[in-house]
Amino acid sequence: MPEPQEPQAAATAPNSPDAGPAAGAAVPSQGAPVAVAVAEAGPAPGRPRSLWSDAWHDLRRRPSFVIPALIILLLLVIAVFPGWFTSASPRAADLTNHYLQKPQLTHFFSPEWLGYNQQGQSVYARIIYGTRASIVIGLSVTVLVMIFGSLVGMLAGYFGGWVDTVLSRLTDIFLGIPFLLGTMVILVSFDTRSEWTVTLALAFLGWTTIARVMRGSVIAVKQADYVAAARSLGAGTWRILMRHILPNAVAPVIVVGMVALGGYITAEAVLSFLGIGLSDPAISWGADINRAQERIRNAPHILLYPSILLSITILSFLMLGDAVRDALDPKLR
Amino acid sequence: MSIEMTKAEVPGVPLLEVRDLHVEFHTRDGAAKAVNGVSYTVDAGETLAVLGESGSGKSVTAQTIMGILDTPPGKVTGGQVLFRGEDLLTMSEQERRRVRGDKIAMIFQDALSALNPVLSVGYQLGELFRVHRGMSRREARAKAVELMDRVRIPAAKERVNDYPHQFSGGMRQRIMIAMALALEPDVIIADEPTTALDVTVQAQVMDLLAELQRDFHMGLILITHDLGVVADVADKIAVMYAGRIVENAPVHELYKRPAHPYTRGLLDSIPRLDHKGKELYAIKGLPPSLTAIPSGCAFNPRCTQARDVCRSEIPPLLDVTEPDGTPIGGRTSACHFWKETIHG
Amino acid sequence: MAEASGAAKRGEPILEVRDLVKHFPLTQGVLFKRQVGAVKAVDGISFELRQGETLGIVGESGCGKSTVAKLLMRLEQPTSGQILYKGEDIARLSGRALKAVRRNIQMVFQDPYTSLNPRMTVGDIVGEPFDIHPEVAPKGDRRKRVRELLDVVGLNPEYINRYPHQFSGGQRQRIGIARGLALHPEIIICDEPVSALDVSVQAQVINLMERLQDEFDLSYLFIAHDLSIVRHISDRVGVMYLGRLAEVGTDAQIYDHPTHPYTQALLSAVPQPDPDGRESRERIILTGDVPSPANPPSGCRFRTRCWKAQEKCAQEVPLLAVPERFKDGSTPASHPSACHFADEKDVVHA
Repeated sequence: MPEPQEPQAAATAPNSPDAGPAAGAAVPSQGAPVAVAVAEAGPAPGRPRSLWSDAWHDLRRRPSFVIPALIILLLLVIAVFPGWFTSASPRAADLTNHYLQKPQLTHFFSPEWLGYNQQGQSVYARIIYGTRASIVIGLSVTVLVMIFGSLVGMLAGYFGGWVDTVLSRLTDIFLGIPFLLGTMVILVSFDTRSEWTVTLALAFLGWTTIARVMRGSVIAVKQADYVAAARSLGAGTWRILMRHILPNAVAPVIVVGMVALGGYITAEAVLSFLGIGLSDPAISWGADINRAQERIRNAPHILLYPSILLSITILSFLMLGDAVRDALDPKLR
Repeated sequence: MSIEMTKAEVPGVPLLEVRDLHVEFHTRDGAAKAVNGVSYTVDAGETLAVLGESGSGKSVTAQTIMGILDTPPGKVTGGQVLFRGEDLLTMSEQERRRVRGDKIAMIFQDALSALNPVLSVGYQLGELFRVHRGMSRREARAKAVELMDRVRIPAAKERVNDYPHQFSGGMRQRIMIAMALALEPDVIIADEPTTALDVTVQAQVMDLLAELQRDFHMGLILITHDLGVVADVADKIAVMYAGRIVENAPVHELYKRPAHPYTRGLLDSIPRLDHKGKELYAIKGLPPSLTAIPSGCAFNPRCTQARDVCRSEIPPLLDVTEPDGTPIGGRTSACHFWKETIHG
Repeated sequence: MAEASGAAKRGEPILEVRDLVKHFPLTQGVLFKRQVGAVKAVDGISFELRQGETLGIVGESGCGKSTVAKLLMRLEQPTSGQILYKGEDIARLSGRALKAVRRNIQMVFQDPYTSLNPRMTVGDIVGEPFDIHPEVAPKGDRRKRVRELLDVVGLNPEYINRYPHQFSGGQRQRIGIARGLALHPEIIICDEPVSALDVSVQAQVINLMERLQDEFDLSYLFIAHDLSIVRHISDRVGVMYLGRLAEVGTDAQIYDHPTHPYTQALLSAVPQPDPDGRESRERIILTGDVPSPANPPSGCRFRTRCWKAQEKCAQEVPLLAVPERFKDGSTPASHPSACHFADEKDVVHA
């Protein structure tokens, strides 16, 4: 490139260490036309800030984000290392610990803290160990639907035409199947159901919402001039999708995904409650709630504690989703 | 519509006066000082153009006059808005609502978003008469047709039941003008009324506005960034920069010999239609951020004749005179060195 | 037609557009779409862009000028017609061949707020052309090239890691220009490059563009609605109305000696920053609005708003040619004008 004359002369100003707002004022001594060309380089604010780092900056200060985030973090730790939180085995049944033995506040986090169930198992140990099923299923379903739903939505939205027609009709068909009823039908056909069976069944019917949100978001983004700019540079479809469309279209999908995560945990609990979720001997809040309901009158604590934890978990994910949505909303920027 | 000249004009008191107005916005980066001591007046039959770029505070001032400033984040931190000598800012919301629309009306830049898309234009025009004048539905409808005729919408009778999106941009702007005129206000504030329109349509709308202003003997505050539009219709001009008025002048004076370096820069930086011209003069730098307005004269970092005093002292609006000291009516400049600027 | 090989000399045509047409189909029906009409956004226009010149295209919204830009950039596929770049029809190219041509034709967009990807840093935005055309700059060199480009457009190279939203409108437009320059194009299509900017910043960007044109020997197609800016920057000007060119000529021919009634009306409507002439200036105020391009008038498209219109105008489409009476070429009025009753009328200096 031929080194242009004027900017060369002007380049000294921006390179000076205090090239902040002062640059505009520093230039005029260099002669009029040069100053005109470069002076605009002056007042650009401080350090680089991406929209995500801006959102993070925002979120860190919001209790509605920090509190659910901390709870979810704790739940994750419980799910991965349940042994850190209780020494009791969730399956150890000691019928001397009859369920009529009510919670005892002798000391926190002891096996008898939240009482015992019908089989004489520690309610506390069971909800600790039950966390894993809920969290693992909730997260894996979300990851699966995000990947598959985003892919379908992105292809439909970007290519339009017959691709859109086919994929959108497919989405509509799946959307037509009632979510819980559909998963029940699928799960009933399995004799034993592991965490993966339940995950796949939920993901199989759960991707449609994400696909629709992604499609709408992609259609909005693909009309932006920067997409046209990339095309006019000769960028390929893959580059346009990955560098330009996806990063700008993904925010609403992430928000919907976070809110949906709570829903998947609920679904797992409902399925287990109905006896068609995880098969025995898997431990799950839903299954425990199911077993507890027959003793609700004389031993409500067996039902109460897993229910409370389930509610807190779902609420945390919903709140997190809401907080992230607010932070990413361009209207509030 | 009857055109009566029954406006109660109190001698010596301007129709509308803004006095030392201050408005701030609360932002994440601190208080943005959008308006920093703006004063201007407009009289009946007079057109004041408020000229400024984005962020100069020209629209915020107008919103404050109308009482449609979003609070929060906006906040009036000082000053008065006097309508026939009465301060609008200290009125109750109820009193204020009577003034708004009835005495002072506003025309917005974007007619499509200023009109309600689910109501017919006839209904929206008629609503003004029903609410403010207590007319019946039928009377109001007839008035609406009359108004649409007045702003020269063809086939007004047939179109009165159409919805805003069925009109073209120019026609929608006419409807906006009709709405502003409906109650025969004393002052109309037009915020970039033709910016969104095409040149040929812009000329139609500006002509209409000027004609109606003459007929109704209204005060018109025209807010714009377009030096061409200003030259065509204004009587006097207030140039705004970073929330302050930097120059006041009658229209012919301003274009002939600007008394503030910013005004002069603006005039020199627009290309001409009637000859090709050499390289454009460009004011260097950018308008300041309203959260960090430079000390002294806000224009000093971009000014070619700035000196030490410009960086330390805020220049007040000084009376501009001829070289021999004869005062020039209506001219002020907020430049320490206005003499050099105007007389070279 | 120019030779397909070698760099065109100054003044030779580098880009020729012949009978370019773009119709957007209007369809009805949900499942089985059938075409019920077409929006004739561009309906048969021809012009040439010469090496090193600036050709201005003016017109009001909906006249098709932005569609022309998209067609030349191949962001839209032309319905028919040819776009000859050094003799090669790029309207029919695809794949690798199209990608190669793109290196030579770049675009600057109107809206500095949507033309830069908000998730990418300035360095990534300006450097993206090198990622797509790696042969232009070796990998290790790219960062340096991006800094040079920022410097060329008057931006501080230290800002390479900032994001677009940290810049003002004028600065963003400079980033867009730097991106357009990265591949050393010969032609830059500018679609309303300054209309979103404040007056004081507009002049900076215009001056920058003029300087870059001299430095890099660029040819500009400058599309805008602001007639004063177009006059300032253009060597030749084309006036568009409803998908067709109404008049083409040098800036002096169009602005000082317009012969098409639409050009005359357009020019007379521009508010001029000169209050002294405002009472005496003659204004041609057109009545009515621009007709819909889906259903344009027969014959001359301007006839519905024209004060000269006669029977002939409804029946015969006026061709874009030098009017018969000015054929001898003795006056500045002898330039192509698509009007049956073309006549000179100076509306600017009245």
